[in-house]
Amino acid sequence: MLKIQDVTLGYKTKEDVIKSVDLNICEGELAVIIGPNGSGKSTLLKSIAGNLKPRKGQILIKDKSLSSYSAKALAQRIAFLPQFPTVPNDYTVRELISYGRFPHLKWTGKMQSTDWDIIDWAMELTHLTTYANRPMAALSGGERQRAWVALALAQQPQILILDEPTTYLDISFQFEVLELIKSLNKKLNITTLIVLHDLNQAARFADRIIVLENGSVVLEGKPDKIIRNGKLESIFQITVGIGKDTYNDCPYLIPLKSRRTIFGGGDRFKNLSPKRTKCPS
Amino acid sequence: MIVNFFGRDNKRILILIILAVLCVCAFILSLSQGSLKLSLSQVLHSIFFESTGPHYQIIYNIRLPRTLVAALVGMSLSLSGCILQGIMRNPLASPHLIGISAGAGLAGIFILIVMPSAFHLLTPAAFIGALVTTIIIYALAWQQGLKPTRLILAGVAVSSFMGAWITALMIFFPERVHSVLGFMVGGLSARSWKHFYIILPYSVTGFLLAIVFAKRLNILLLGDDIARSLGLNVEKNRLLFIALAALLAASAVSVAGLLGFVGLIVPHMTRFFIGSDYRFLLPACALTGSCLLMACDTVARVALDPVELPVGIIMSVLGAPFFLYLLRSNFNKG
Repeated sequence: MLKIQDVTLGYKTKEDVIKSVDLNICEGELAVIIGPNGSGKSTLLKSIAGNLKPRKGQILIKDKSLSSYSAKALAQRIAFLPQFPTVPNDYTVRELISYGRFPHLKWTGKMQSTDWDIIDWAMELTHLTTYANRPMAALSGGERQRAWVALALAQQPQILILDEPTTYLDISFQFEVLELIKSLNKKLNITTLIVLHDLNQAARFADRIIVLENGSVVLEGKPDKIIRNGKLESIFQITVGIGKDTYNDCPYLIPLKSRRTIFGGGDRFKNLSPKRTKCPS
Repeated sequence: MIVNFFGRDNKRILILIILAVLCVCAFILSLSQGSLKLSLSQVLHSIFFESTGPHYQIIYNIRLPRTLVAALVGMSLSLSGCILQGIMRNPLASPHLIGISAGAGLAGIFILIVMPSAFHLLTPAAFIGALVTTIIIYALAWQQGLKPTRLILAGVAVSSFMGAWITALMIFFPERVHSVLGFMVGGLSARSWKHFYIILPYSVTGFLLAIVFAKRLNILLLGDDIARSLGLNVEKNRLLFIALAALLAASAVSVAGLLGFVGLIVPHMTRFFIGSDYRFLLPACALTGSCLLMACDTVARVALDPVELPVGIIMSVLGAPFFLYLLRSNFNKG
């Protein structure tokens, strides 16, 4: 579905951010990219969304080069949700989602009744039907994120790309959004590529985890294999324990302490006197 | 629910109708008021049935062209500011920002001060000055695409550079400063059919293009990444809209001088009551701008009759407090 072949990326004249990456995302797969800050996750997503041309190599969608698609044709196939999308406060949910039809419209931008049907469908799938006429500013963080997902759905894409869709959401909304994305991925067979920060969420929702470090893919495979891989500790500079989430049947990673030494790592607490760490009873 | 949705549209259409009615009122008021006050029936009579006589002369040769120029200038500047605030996603954006005022100002003042005998070149010189400055700023800000912040900073730098030359010219020719003051504040005195025909093609095509592409402005409001993901060529469209805004503002400034306030404040005022959907905001801005400038020009003529004030002063003196009132009442609501 989506092939990344020997792709090198970078901004302006600065050095390469992504170095000769090869990846193959299968149809209907939910792949999660993880990696430390500055490993090039967002840059890679940008390029797949067509917002950044590779310096070297090529990206193929259905075995056709990304650059051979027009902007409009690409938008009919790929929907990209950036990390911090902005919206004027008074746009209603339905208005926002309606712009998802833009790549399917003629240049006059005239909407047909089928377009409105697709918008209703997108709202139904994201459980936003009752919020259709609310202004975006009146929604909670999780609802707002669902509206953005609905915007992407209205594009009727074959590939959905999300850059840290859970940032700034509290934990219940984080799971709500990820469960929604997972269910859309399975129900509609949309190939999905997500960047996540939380390793356990990656383990819980991904079909496959891809680990980036310094612009290269260092690990990839099933969550079970990746989370149990000892290399993760050095990539993220953290000492971990591995447990098992028997409810969801996936590995669970417990961060024990940082391996970074600037503040003396996790051991510094051991030197504190017991008096100071005791709570007043 | 669907009824509700159209209800929102209906409300906005109603606001547009109210603005249009206000515009007609301002138009008639502007025609009837002045040193010689005429009644509504006299105005209508002389427009439709007379072809000679003193009323006809006053209405047709003096007040009508001036009022129409006011309407088009108000419309063009507001549309220009409205478009720029959208594509820059910056509430302080105005035609001023992309060098329109500095460019038109320097060219206009050069003509007025250095070669006053070529007075008839004032309008084309101001127009060319405004456009050339916009192109310079755009070229300076361009670096593998256009970031609004870079454009704003380049605009500020180039404008202050040109502002220095404007001041220098005024200091070197102190005896001629008086003649440029009117141009600097912006005024509509003695504007004739000639000026009307200069600005007409730009404002009409500008208005139509802006309305046709309003949806693209809406999508640009969602940010560059989303706009690109929706298949919109962000760079190309931004260039198109800046060019459109520049043409609108340059034509307005070249006939009316440096009216600063309209392009900045009218879009904000309009957004307060109609929201940020450009399909409604642009026509509303056009109507508010025309209405406001016609009304203010009437006040400028009548307030201290027989002395006439430049409309730019009236605009700012009346408009700024009104805008602040809107701003405060809006904050209290939120």
